[in-house]
Amino acid sequence: MNVALFVPCYVDQFFPQVGVATLELLEKLGCAVTYPTEQTCCGQPMANAGYEHLASGCEMNVQRIFSSFEYVVTPSGSCTVHLREHLPAAHGSRIYEVCEFLTDVLRVKSLAASFPHRIGLHSSCHGLRGLRLASMSEQNEPAFSKPIQLLSLVDGLELVYPERPDECCGFGGTFCVTEEAVSVKMGQDRVDEHLANNVDYIVGSDMSCLMHLQGILRRRKSNTDVLHIAQVLNAYEPA
Amino acid sequence: MNQLDHAAAARQFVADTQRTNWHDETLWWIRQKRDKAAHGLPEWEHLRELASQIKEHTLSKLDQYLEQFEQSAHRNGVEVHWAADANEHNQIVLAILREYGAARIVKSKSMLTEECHLNPFLIKQGIEVVDTDLGERIVQLRQEPPSHIVLPAIHLKKEDVGQTFHQHLGVPAGIIDPKALTEIARQHLREKFVHANVAITGVNFAVAQTGAFVVCTNEGNADLGAHLADVHIACMGIEKVIPAQEHLGVFLRLLTRSATGQPITAYSSHFAKPRPGQRMHIILVDNGRSHQLGRADFRSSLKCIRCGACFNTCPVYRRSGGHSYHTAIAGPIGSVLSPNLDLKKHADLPFASTLCGSCTHVCPVKIDLDKQLWKWRQVIVAAGLAPASKTASMNGLSWLLTSPRLYRLAGRFGRWTLRQFPWLVNHRFNPWYIGREMPLPARKSFGDWYANRGRTN
Ligand code: SF4
Repeated sequence: MNVALFVPCYVDQFFPQVGVATLELLEKLGCAVTYPTEQTCCGQPMANAGYEHLASGCEMNVQRIFSSFEYVVTPSGSCTVHLREHLPAAHGSRIYEVCEFLTDVLRVKSLAASFPHRIGLHSSCHGLRGLRLASMSEQNEPAFSKPIQLLSLVDGLELVYPERPDECCGFGGTFCVTEEAVSVKMGQDRVDEHLANNVDYIVGSDMSCLMHLQGILRRRKSNTDVLHIAQVLNAYEPA
Repeated sequence: MNQLDHAAAARQFVADTQRTNWHDETLWWIRQKRDKAAHGLPEWEHLRELASQIKEHTLSKLDQYLEQFEQSAHRNGVEVHWAADANEHNQIVLAILREYGAARIVKSKSMLTEECHLNPFLIKQGIEVVDTDLGERIVQLRQEPPSHIVLPAIHLKKEDVGQTFHQHLGVPAGIIDPKALTEIARQHLREKFVHANVAITGVNFAVAQTGAFVVCTNEGNADLGAHLADVHIACMGIEKVIPAQEHLGVFLRLLTRSATGQPITAYSSHFAKPRPGQRMHIILVDNGRSHQLGRADFRSSLKCIRCGACFNTCPVYRRSGGHSYHTAIAGPIGSVLSPNLDLKKHADLPFASTLCGSCTHVCPVKIDLDKQLWKWRQVIVAAGLAPASKTASMNGLSWLLTSPRLYRLAGRFGRWTLRQFPWLVNHRFNPWYIGREMPLPARKSFGDWYANRGRTN
């Protein structure tokens, strides 16, 4: 299967290892992956801050660069939501967040992955409520979770849940600086719940949230770190 | 922007960590009670859909249903008044009070009168106004606005309430037992009830078909006030009307489950006509609602039944408190309704959200609150009400991110600079750095790694 990889701008600059893991994971699963090098950003940072008009350049880039691919996969729920909502349907509908691509398109049933660590799952809001990667606590609906479905295929991994399973971490794009005090408090509360569970890693499907949580962990000089779910699914660390 | 915008007020709130944790946990507990109640009904999502459709339908023919309600109420012997805005509403109330020579009134369950600032208006006219619901009375004594539409004194601990009663009601200091405090309030209010000849209540639902209206309370004060007084004035926003009696069941089942997790309020009082010798008035208030109705992107905010579930679930509200929203209705719905009334004054509110979307999914009438917050942001920026510095940085960012070459160049330069001179960003004037470490810039971007991949493999 031919797949194009979209690596969000901040992942490209700050967390290239997440792009690498996503690419390797897709290749392991038999995809021929192309990374069009002209790509930049999906436009979401501007649009969510109220500057939708300044996002159109980015959106048009994405549309142009990726128009020849049947599937575009990205390790970010929030970029996926933005592009689905802002590109013409024919383009937007071909964009997949990596977890849903694995469960819905590739229908992955097994993984050659091993990660003998205790991890806590952070459900990022846009993936959860925007893409419906999992059932949400607000709604009266049968429980399901694409990320958990995938993590359960990884050997040795011990998954523990925070007390509030899907509370926002407080990143929120420009919110993280314009409402710094509340943003940090929200992040601290998330981190506290995971640390109370003694996790080695907080794992999620959006690096933006994880970058914020990592900033708080590092300020506390914690030994716990963050990982993108693609890094865990791509890991091979025999116990 | 505002003198104390949401972010600044929230910073003050959060500075008291213990109180913030307590506020957050109390409201989260209520959210969990709501979850239990909602998840206990297999038809919950169906009910939400139904409620949403009934409201959508009503809003699409609001003029007709309002006129029908007026006629029905009139037939029941109720006098109906129309108020275009808050001032007109207050003047109508005053005129009614003057007509009956009333100098003391009791009031229950009315966020609308809060929205219209009725209390200060009447007090200026020499009228004694007593809010009879416990939470409202507490904040009234403290001369504070409510911080929550259902739980107006949720920002206060029982120690604060004891202190307030000690100061204002002359009871001994240090009473913190909730039962004792409630009893003190009850005794104090009983006397007020007996001496008031006019009672004002809010309205939760007004039935066009019958002209009756329903007031939902847990303390029963609306009934006590209305039954004791010679005159009952019910104030309602025009969006409170529903077509028929049979629709009430849908809303009554949703309202309190969403609000507090109770299956139903202790009292759902149906008022249809004045008892012999009593007079009943209904004031239908627009105050910006018809304007909101005309805004395609925001009209569905008028479906709101004021359950407060979006407050309780909002992670920002729980950690910033109702007063940080500087408006009668705080929380996500307040941030969607208030810009309609005064865009400039409330330009900060749609940004007081992470757009996490939790509100949208607890809302019993399915208002897409996060989408509307997002849309208000666009309106506010287009109106030139965003801070100039933000606009400048967004312009810069967009310029950079739109050009692949510039982006790569800036990325390389930026990462190199940050690695060499981390002190450039690691200081207290960088809002990110106040409570968090900066992410470490990678030596190589993914793009660089990919370009070299073929060579190293
Ligand atoms: S917007 Fe929805 S959740 Fe919020 S108060 Fe209104 S009805 Fe309740």
